Amino acid sequence: MPVSRRHFVQGVAAAGLAALVEGKFHQAGAETIAHAPPILTGNHFDLAIEPHHADFTGRRVKAIKINGSLPGPTLKWREGDTVTVAVTNHLPKVTSIHWHGIRVPAEMDGVPGLSFAGIAPGKTFVYRIPVVQNGTYWYHSHSGSQEQIGLIGALVIDPRDHDPIAYDRDYVVLLSDWSDTNPDTLYGNLKKQSDYYNFHKRTASTFINDARSKGLRSTVQNRLKWGRNDMTPTDIADVTSATYMYLMNGNPPDANWAALFNPGERVRLRFINGSTMTIFDVRIPGLPMTVVQSDGNCVQPVTVDELRLGVAETYDVIVQPHEEKAYTIFAQPESRGSYARGTLAPRMGMTAAIPPMDPYPHRTMADMGMGGMANMKGIKMSGMSSDQMPGMKDMEMGGNCNNSAPEMNKDMKMSGMKNDDMSAMSHARMDQPAEPLNDKVAGMAPFPQPGPRTTRLMPPESQMMSHPTQTTEGEVPLHLGPEVVMVAMNTAPRLHDPGDGLNGNGRRVLTYSDLRALYRGVDGRPPSREIILHLTGNMERFIWGFDGQKFSQAEPIHLKLGERVRFVLINDTMMEHPIHLHGLWSELENGSGEFAPYKHTLIVKPAERVTYLVSADSPGRWAFHCHLQYHMEAGMFRTVVVS
Amino acid sequence: MMSRLALQLVFAGTLLSFGGMPVYAQVPETPIDAPTPASNWPKPVKDNRVLNFVTFDELEGRTNGPTTSFRWDGQGWIGTDFNKLWFKSEGTVTNGVTSDGDHEILYDRPIPHMRYFDWQAGARVDLDSGPTRAWAAIGVQGLARYFFNFEPTFYIRDGGRVAGRIQGYYDLYLTQRLILQPQVEMNFYSQADPARKIGTGLSDIDGGVRFGYQFSRKFAPYVGYVYSGVFGQTATFSRQSGEPTGAHQFVFGIWLWH
Repeated sequence: MPVSRRHFVQGVAAAGLAALVEGKFHQAGAETIAHAPPILTGNHFDLAIEPHHADFTGRRVKAIKINGSLPGPTLKWREGDTVTVAVTNHLPKVTSIHWHGIRVPAEMDGVPGLSFAGIAPGKTFVYRIPVVQNGTYWYHSHSGSQEQIGLIGALVIDPRDHDPIAYDRDYVVLLSDWSDTNPDTLYGNLKKQSDYYNFHKRTASTFINDARSKGLRSTVQNRLKWGRNDMTPTDIADVTSATYMYLMNGNPPDANWAALFNPGERVRLRFINGSTMTIFDVRIPGLPMTVVQSDGNCVQPVTVDELRLGVAETYDVIVQPHEEKAYTIFAQPESRGSYARGTLAPRMGMTAAIPPMDPYPHRTMADMGMGGMANMKGIKMSGMSSDQMPGMKDMEMGGNCNNSAPEMNKDMKMSGMKNDDMSAMSHARMDQPAEPLNDKVAGMAPFPQPGPRTTRLMPPESQMMSHPTQTTEGEVPLHLGPEVVMVAMNTAPRLHDPGDGLNGNGRRVLTYSDLRALYRGVDGRPPSREIILHLTGNMERFIWGFDGQKFSQAEPIHLKLGERVRFVLINDTMMEHPIHLHGLWSELENGSGEFAPYKHTLIVKPAERVTYLVSADSPGRWAFHCHLQYHMEAGMFRTVVVS
Repeated sequence: MMSRLALQLVFAGTLLSFGGMPVYAQVPETPIDAPTPASNWPKPVKDNRVLNFVTFDELEGRTNGPTTSFRWDGQGWIGTDFNKLWFKSEGTVTNGVTSDGDHEILYDRPIPHMRYFDWQAGARVDLDSGPTRAWAAIGVQGLARYFFNFEPTFYIRDGGRVAGRIQGYYDLYLTQRLILQPQVEMNFYSQADPARKIGTGLSDIDGGVRFGYQFSRKFAPYVGYVYSGVFGQTATFSRQSGEPTGAHQFVFGIWLWH
């Protein structure tokens, strides 16, 4: 297995950046100083959370740093270790660190109110975490909006066994968004005027432009369609570049964070979307990216030009630049307007052209759950109507979600992995006998992360035949009201759709249907029941929730320890919601069967129905929420109790 | 205790699984429960925060040449998504005399099954240079179709006198920051109140068009044109006291909110 794998520090130091150890280096040819968060390795870590100031825009504003760094240090753990992290709070407020995507004992999950009381000012909390997985993850505060002002960091876990991914250099690319506006003010602004940061409204001048290009009649009709419901197709992101600056490893675009390579080397880029409210579209013009991991779990390699990262998602890609030239790592938010940028170059100081930003996306009728319908009459949206939504047909289809999942493209796109070590990427070893599995046994210990040595455990034959019960938990009669402005009548999986703003741009864009796990999933049981949840909201009032209820109005979702369930998420809003379930894996049903990708965060597109399987194998009170920070704070949050 | 047991099981599972394949621990004697939050733990999300809001739709000088007056029309609230205390105040000061002084304090709540409208109930006090009047108030306020802001209110006071007020405006964005805002307010009364020079029926209309530029969402200077007129019996009262029954005025002011 002659793969030369170097660690970050070695890779970067070899490039003459020894000063990186101090967390800083001067970059030739640029006036700004590019920082990279320091890298900490070992199995004990001391993190000091401190009040600080940051100045990204010429204004010195309040920030939070971890060990003096924003973002916090990159932590490197090793699978199989038991890691302790002593977190000391030097803030005047309660703080916390949540290990995003890490399968921890519930009391180590770091959610104040669910796992513990939080870390009081002046106190130290010691997280003790048996590391039972590997891959690229991140950590962040789960207290208010502290992540908006800096309390985030990358977390990389080396596999205990051989890493199936071959690479010569290894870089974390942590994307985030920064605002000089205090997060509480920002939240208040959205509550009082939800389009506060939308400077792509429909105006008289866009009306004239549209009338010229599309005709007066259709322009008027289109305006009336949207206006009837007080909605707008330009509602792409709640918080935009009107206040955000986008950072790459804590660097604004001008600072130009750089990663070095020698031509021909395989470079592993670990993309992490550590932003608060920003969905990023990432590409490296001129360099195809081979996606090898998503949310810490290896996937069968697929080569693309561009990928979309929902908030909190991670993707590891391999790039192999052969030319002695610089490449721009370009991350534009879905709402465009500005971008995060860095450079991949053979030497420091090199830059490449920054591509123009793509056009501002627009929502479509499909996003309103109107796909395939000729007009808006099919949707019942009258604000004055007290009717309950009739039909709710998609509810009844929950049991057949496997059937409705799109046909998977079975072709494995390996072209980007010119790897003589491909044998290592073979399927999970199946030479071990499968154990009969039932709910009771399954509840005794968490399942391992799928890997080269894991087995897919199958239930007794009798259980394989069982079908999920049609009764659903969480199903409530949804009616329009202050919490629900829209119930999409026509929802479907849109896993082949890269998402708004990415269609027809001439590039190969990763979709969820491309994700096929490298290793077989470990729990072979069919789900015993389904939990249907509608993602609902009122953009105008900036109220968000599940099934028309905010967190404070709702009861927890209960799962029996050991059971396997199907979550069915139906997005009744006009926006993407990256939904994150703590503590348990979300196995996306994208047609990959037993190679369903394990995710911790899943984008649900407007009017989309997404299903995934969850093994409730770890007891605790787990958070379940939209990872758009201000949606979560506005109510899009539930407690999932596994007991 | 329960959580410690759970932790041990996790460790056990972890260690055993190092052997190559998962092995499952023994069924515990006691069932495993999720850790129970202590009473002093905070809520994981605070989705019912109390916020406060103040806005001025009119904070302006009005002039037709010889006469200049100052007018304000503002409102604000303090509260949560579902419970708000709402304040409204408007008035016009001309040559040191305040007229049309209308101040309200209302309880506000979203109307069930309606997406964009709240109902409001409370009190209105007419407090200006004229005699003071107190009313009970009930109304709705919100966003009608096509982004029209609509605010009708119904008032009642002793002796069965009722009154109504309808306000509305529309923000027409010319560009992302240039706004043309048509606005109108109308007042109705069931009985005359000569001391306040108010007659029955439609008493007055105050409407105009303002043209503003949003330097920020919270600060937008504007200029505009306003017509304010009195009608019917109210106009008779005005004529009797030698006041004009209608005025075309140039206005300049600032839209503000916080």
